[in-house]
Amino acid sequence: MGRGPVAALRGAMASILELEGLTKAFGAVTVADGLSYAVSEGEALGVLGPNGAGKTSMFNLVTGTLRPDAGTIRFRGQDITRVSAAQRGRSGIARSFQVPQPFTHMTVFENAMVAATQSAGLRGHAAEELCLEVLEQTELLAQANAPAGSLTLLSRKRLELTRALCARPQLLLLDEIAGGLTEAECQALIATIGDIRSRGISIIWIEHVVHALLSVVERLIVIDFGKMIADGEPHAIMESPQVQEIYLGIEADA
Amino acid sequence: MEWVNAVVQGTLLGGLYALFAAGLSLIFGVMRLVNIAHGDLIVLSAYLGLTTTVALGVHPLLALVLVLPVMALFGYVLQRVLLNQTLGQDILPPLLVTFGLSVIIQNALLETYTADPQKMDAGALETASVSVGPLALGVLPLLTFGIAIVVIAGLQFIFYRTALGRAFRATSDNQEVAQLMGLNKAHIFGLAMALALAVTAIAGVLLGIRTSFDPSIGGARLIFGFEAVIIGGLGNLWGTLIGGILLGVSQTVGAAISPGFQLLAGHITFLVILALRPNGLFPRISG
Repeated sequence: MGRGPVAALRGAMASILELEGLTKAFGAVTVADGLSYAVSEGEALGVLGPNGAGKTSMFNLVTGTLRPDAGTIRFRGQDITRVSAAQRGRSGIARSFQVPQPFTHMTVFENAMVAATQSAGLRGHAAEELCLEVLEQTELLAQANAPAGSLTLLSRKRLELTRALCARPQLLLLDEIAGGLTEAECQALIATIGDIRSRGISIIWIEHVVHALLSVVERLIVIDFGKMIADGEPHAIMESPQVQEIYLGIEADA
Repeated sequence: MEWVNAVVQGTLLGGLYALFAAGLSLIFGVMRLVNIAHGDLIVLSAYLGLTTTVALGVHPLLALVLVLPVMALFGYVLQRVLLNQTLGQDILPPLLVTFGLSVIIQNALLETYTADPQKMDAGALETASVSVGPLALGVLPLLTFGIAIVVIAGLQFIFYRTALGRAFRATSDNQEVAQLMGLNKAHIFGLAMALALAVTAIAGVLLGIRTSFDPSIGGARLIFGFEAVIIGGLGNLWGTLIGGILLGVSQTVGAAISPGFQLLAGHITFLVILALRPNGLFPRISG
């Protein structure tokens, strides 16, 4: 097969993630329909699309929770299409969930430690120091010893981010992490994500809170019915007819 | 004084029951697997201890040096090859498969060792006792009780203070997320079963020193283990020790009332606690 057209197009920059012809269907419902795109190292990519467009399924395919029917996934040049979710987690892919999924019976610190020891492969003091550092950055340090199940929504979202960062990822997948937050909370989160970006971690961010997305990402793709329908500079994409149609609910001509 | 004696002896017996129960509790806590073959695995450990003792001419407690790692390895392989395939949304397959495993182990032991009761020879340890006031406490029951406390403290330490324990608890809490964090569920479950069967090895060898055993006695050990776990409350290892003690005391006090009442008294205590506190005395919803 060789490198696909998308990879060739962006061949100048090293790609951290390349999807090629990724396809997945559940019966009659197609959640990924020939998805092809690449993410460069250090790039922050935003993903838009209506509910049910297949955005979260795309994350599940990248993390290995879902197996594609067809297509390949390459991470840092390696074909990981058949690699287990656990191995992908250890090799530098981390994600946050739209509905936070902390280990509810463990403390906030222990949640972070699972990521630091298992995903990042750190031991002892190094793991503890990383966790404390990240907890400080995500403003959860005061709640470090609280059971994760007792946290408020904002804190749970912060914990999602904390765990993902303690995994020391090279590619961070954020799934609607700004949803349900107040404006002030959202601003704090944007600052944190901007900071993560500046450290060179590649980000793919699915988000309905468009202004949050636009303040961080440098490129936007739009997905609908499992297909990529737009890819480019964020503001140009936002003004394109396809996106206007989706977000303003204008029916396409039959 | 007869009653005090019954309570003290029952408490020490409870240590053995807690050892029966700890492996059961651990497995259920980590992977929600109810292991019907647990009692037979205890008996298998006793027989392995017996064979080691006879073949090498060593003391039964020394046989543990061999039996413990063998059972742990057996547990890991059993989990990876067989039991992991049964785990899923449906709780029936693991019950059926471990029930089948129980039948297989019993029959294999029957073929290998016959139905004749066996016993391990622990020499002077079997009859040694210390006097505490008017009471004579057997050294073996005291030792068993001490080992139970050490084992439970050790498991508690592993669960709450080590990376392996966090891996157990994270996997128990949310398997999908744990996988994404790099935890290989099949391997973690294998390690949990290995740890459980290491404890089972200790329980089996101590059982085989204390009483005679034959291939059919696994079922009753499974029941004692279950009762101790339920009385103490699921997911609480210290609770399991207290559950074992309550069961042991009920039995010895029952026996003091009437020799035929021993086992029934234990079951009645279990049923009363189940009726009044369905979640056990010290439930903790922690992995």
